[in-house]
Amino acid sequence: MNYNADEKGYYGEFGGAYIPEMLYPNVEELRQNYIKLMYEDSFQKEFNQLLKDYVGRPSPLYFAKRLSEKHGCKIYLKREDLNHTGAHKVNNTIGQILMAQKLGKTRIIAETGAGQHGVATATVCALMGMECIVYMGEIDIARQAPNVARMKMLGAEVRPAKSGSRTLKDATNEAIRDWINNPVDTHYIIGSAIGPHPYPDMVTRFQSVISEEIKWQLKEKEGRENPDYVVACIGGGSNAAGTYYHFLHEPEVGIIAVEAAGKGVNSGESAATSALGKVGIIHGCKTMLMQTTDGQITEPYSISAGLDYPGVGPMHSHLYKSGRAEFYSATDDEAMAAGLELSQLEGIIPAIETGHAFAIFEHKKFKKDDVVVISLSGRGDKDLNTYIDYFKLA
Amino acid sequence: MSNRITSKLQEDKKLLSIYFTAGYPTLNETVKIIEDLEKNGVDMIEIGLPFSDPLADGPTIQESSTAALKNGMTTEVLFNQLKDIRKTVSIPLIIMGYFNPMLQYGVEAFCKKCQEIGIDGLILPDLPLDIYQEDYEAIFRKYGLLNVFLITPQTSEARIRKIDDASNGFIYMVSSASVTGSKSGFGQEQESYFERIAAMNLNTPQIVGFGIKDKETFKQATKTAKGAIIGSAFIKHLTANGTGKTADFVNLIR
Repeated sequence: MNYNADEKGYYGEFGGAYIPEMLYPNVEELRQNYIKLMYEDSFQKEFNQLLKDYVGRPSPLYFAKRLSEKHGCKIYLKREDLNHTGAHKVNNTIGQILMAQKLGKTRIIAETGAGQHGVATATVCALMGMECIVYMGEIDIARQAPNVARMKMLGAEVRPAKSGSRTLKDATNEAIRDWINNPVDTHYIIGSAIGPHPYPDMVTRFQSVISEEIKWQLKEKEGRENPDYVVACIGGGSNAAGTYYHFLHEPEVGIIAVEAAGKGVNSGESAATSALGKVGIIHGCKTMLMQTTDGQITEPYSISAGLDYPGVGPMHSHLYKSGRAEFYSATDDEAMAAGLELSQLEGIIPAIETGHAFAIFEHKKFKKDDVVVISLSGRGDKDLNTYIDYFKLA
Repeated sequence: MSNRITSKLQEDKKLLSIYFTAGYPTLNETVKIIEDLEKNGVDMIEIGLPFSDPLADGPTIQESSTAALKNGMTTEVLFNQLKDIRKTVSIPLIIMGYFNPMLQYGVEAFCKKCQEIGIDGLILPDLPLDIYQEDYEAIFRKYGLLNVFLITPQTSEARIRKIDDASNGFIYMVSSASVTGSKSGFGQEQESYFERIAAMNLNTPQIVGFGIKDKETFKQATKTAKGAIIGSAFIKHLTANGTGKTADFVNLIR
């Protein structure tokens, strides 16, 4: 089976471009050019140079000795948290800002949930001297204050999304509306592996550097390129897409996704899309999404702003439906406990989003010889207030 | 394919089409609003099926959609409200909404219900031309529903020709690069866009939407086009005056 996007952007039955005509010229321009542009020598050279000198890649693949002892398997951490700006998001924004320049765009818009993508976008806009507007849900602005401040310091304008649930989904709606209103000079840097084709595929390709590096790094450490499992948390699914990409067609590699169960999958306050969703259309693509029987998109919940999204990228819907990936979900409490455990066993405070991936050990027992690579997608600095409140650290 | 829309398009007049969100301002006045609009000389009606995430709409229609959903509007409720509508009105009726609610209802079941009620056409902004043609055109035709496509000032000439070929009622000509309800007045840019489209001599008549709110903008929009659609301005009127003053609104336009 093929797990990549076909020419029309479908992963099995999922994907496509369900967009209003107003977006057609921009999306079509991108669709026709993205593959050609991103594999030009000059593009690759600039992209790789920036990833190396500016982002600090390759990010280490770290053998987590104490965590391994605790959970009885060989655990490696892919340290995306050590990237400049503190998460995997910057891999994609570097790629997309170069793409925007090639397409002659001068104004950048983005949506953000936890603020990591907003910061990564504001960063590359500062780097390239481009105007930057970031849409962020009003609720997320309140719970991610440090990232809002960072975006502002980087020169971006942060516009609150005040409609609907006032979180990531609504910020995405607002960004799309901005793009409709500014069809000529603006490029929309989508931060996750969602949206109309070619976004899911383009974002996945930019993030695929994660699994590309894991391959040669694991070869150095274990004498083999393929681990037994790769594990990532999933909201829209960009870090997961990048972590899985080069293993999708390696059947011996188990693919594991951990979604946010919020207060419990059946609590009514959850973001576990694979368990709760049905096939539908959100933000321009056909995918699994949480909705009412009437087709209204429901408001998800997670303690982590970055996983608080009612859909999942079309690639992941396909991985779920086809059985290629195992899907689990971790509650707020499990994710927080896993974050604390990682902090105290390895001296690494993860983002709460990332904490969900580490909660896999609550749900799956690995064998002693299993080599398990976990995507440590982001660092926890931005979440300190939430950790302080939750663990009563102050 | 011919129905009430195509007959209306043949009348020798500029058409005034009104959009409203079903279930707004109150849940159960859908039929009353339709009857009043017909009585006051409106030519065509777009009944908005509200959606939680209307990404081509500005704040006015977003807010009316949120309120309508809160009032309890659903696809099923709307179909029930409309089941006897053809006993009282003969005006062309179009359902305008986003694709996901239709997909969840079942595309064929939705179309069948529309035919039973006497709906003449559909406008689904996020169901693009190629997907429609590949997957759904046959179903729409089977139930006698016209499908209306949008064009914008950025739509290329080649694509406009393609949309013209695929259209069987009218083309919804979006006046400017914007979501609904966001521009005030038409300028030079719109005028030259209207003229450019007129000069293409399309087979399908065009009806202009987005940004029409009064006599002046209606006149400008219909100088070359067959008609104009008003949405946000009518919703604002409903918000301010309730459902009893439709005549006042129509009189403001012509």
